[in-house]
Amino acid sequence: MTQPDARWSDHAVEQIIGRLLQIGVLLAAAVVIVGAALLLVNHGGNPAAYGDFRGEPSELRTVAGIVRGAAALHAPAIVQLGLVLLIATPIARVGFTLVAFILQRDRTYVWITTLVMILLLFGLVFGRGAA
Amino acid sequence: MTILALATFVGIGSFAAGLLGSLTGLGGGIIVVPMLIYVFHVDFRYAVGASLVSIIATSSGAAAAYVREGYTNVRVGILLEVATTAGALVGGALTGIIDPSILKILFGLLMVFTIYRSLQPRAEHEILSTPDKWAARFRLDSTYPTPEGRQHYSVRNVPGGFVLMFFAGILSALLGIGSGIIKVLAMDQLMRLPFKVSTTTSNFMIGVTAAAGAGVLLHLGYIDPTLAFPVMLGVLAGALIGARVLTRANVKWLRQLFTLILVVSAARMLYDGITAVL
Repeated sequence: MTQPDARWSDHAVEQIIGRLLQIGVLLAAAVVIVGAALLLVNHGGNPAAYGDFRGEPSELRTVAGIVRGAAALHAPAIVQLGLVLLIATPIARVGFTLVAFILQRDRTYVWITTLVMILLLFGLVFGRGAA
Repeated sequence: MTILALATFVGIGSFAAGLLGSLTGLGGGIIVVPMLIYVFHVDFRYAVGASLVSIIATSSGAAAAYVREGYTNVRVGILLEVATTAGALVGGALTGIIDPSILKILFGLLMVFTIYRSLQPRAEHEILSTPDKWAARFRLDSTYPTPEGRQHYSVRNVPGGFVLMFFAGILSALLGIGSGIIKVLAMDQLMRLPFKVSTTTSNFMIGVTAAAGAGVLLHLGYIDPTLAFPVMLGVLAGALIGARVLTRANVKWLRQLFTLILVVSAARMLYDGITAVL
């Protein structure tokens, strides 16, 4: 049996996780700012109404629809893409933690982290909650 | 009000909420939702969606700094995230079923509990050194930095903490909050982690919990880009600046201000919720 790689000590992993979270948040914020600027230029003068709940249109509810809208430079979809990147940041962090546990050959935590990953992706991809 | 005007005022308000939440250590989510509802007359569901997204940003931003200081217990965090993400998925599914008036009552009660906890003196309990069966099974015991060097600590009552974390996850998705107050309660009081380890690990978990809930709320149409962007950018900027000035700020009167806002919001939430149900 091979020894766990020393470069993947808990401390080293923590350092990389910290950096990963920072990059994710900054990237998400940058995309949101671009979309928000475009949105305010195009629709800033429109009346705002959030007193009644109508729910977002279906193309702003799914990752695929948001990516399509953002590719077409649709301003609300670009903001939404930034928000999806933000939601993806903790998911990427869990993914990285999973890789680290695999490299540490920590079998118990490989399973636990995989379970967290499945639960997270279930929410974002299917979005039906536990119903 | 135009979209531009609303975005400006919501941005300023969210900045203040993020700053206050960061300086007092009580988080921004619990005052962002009442602010959106009562100051800007936003529907409860849109407020919850925007708030939950902003929580991911502040949690991830702050966790980046804490993780590197060596307080966060990554194993405890990951293990309990099984409970919080499962809870968040259940909470997300429940948002469409439970009447918003009931959720307002729940929100009000949680604010009352937050006030109660924030008024209690923070006494560090003794650090345990004897391992517990579950803590040993999952290798949760660790060390944390103290002025006298890294000190070892043991973890206990893992099942109890796990159950409480499941409820913290439900509340997070239902109310658009990080539910850090319950996460810290589980780790500090039940599992007996050192206080600083509890708060930083809680922060570490809040982003993952909120991401699970936000995924569900996105599909339910609760996340409106026009409303969510000023909330997210405002809260994030406030929290980042709050973290910078933390050492210089007079936290005492800020905590009193935060408590006052909570008292007023809790009263309003409970009144609205109860009168609507009756």
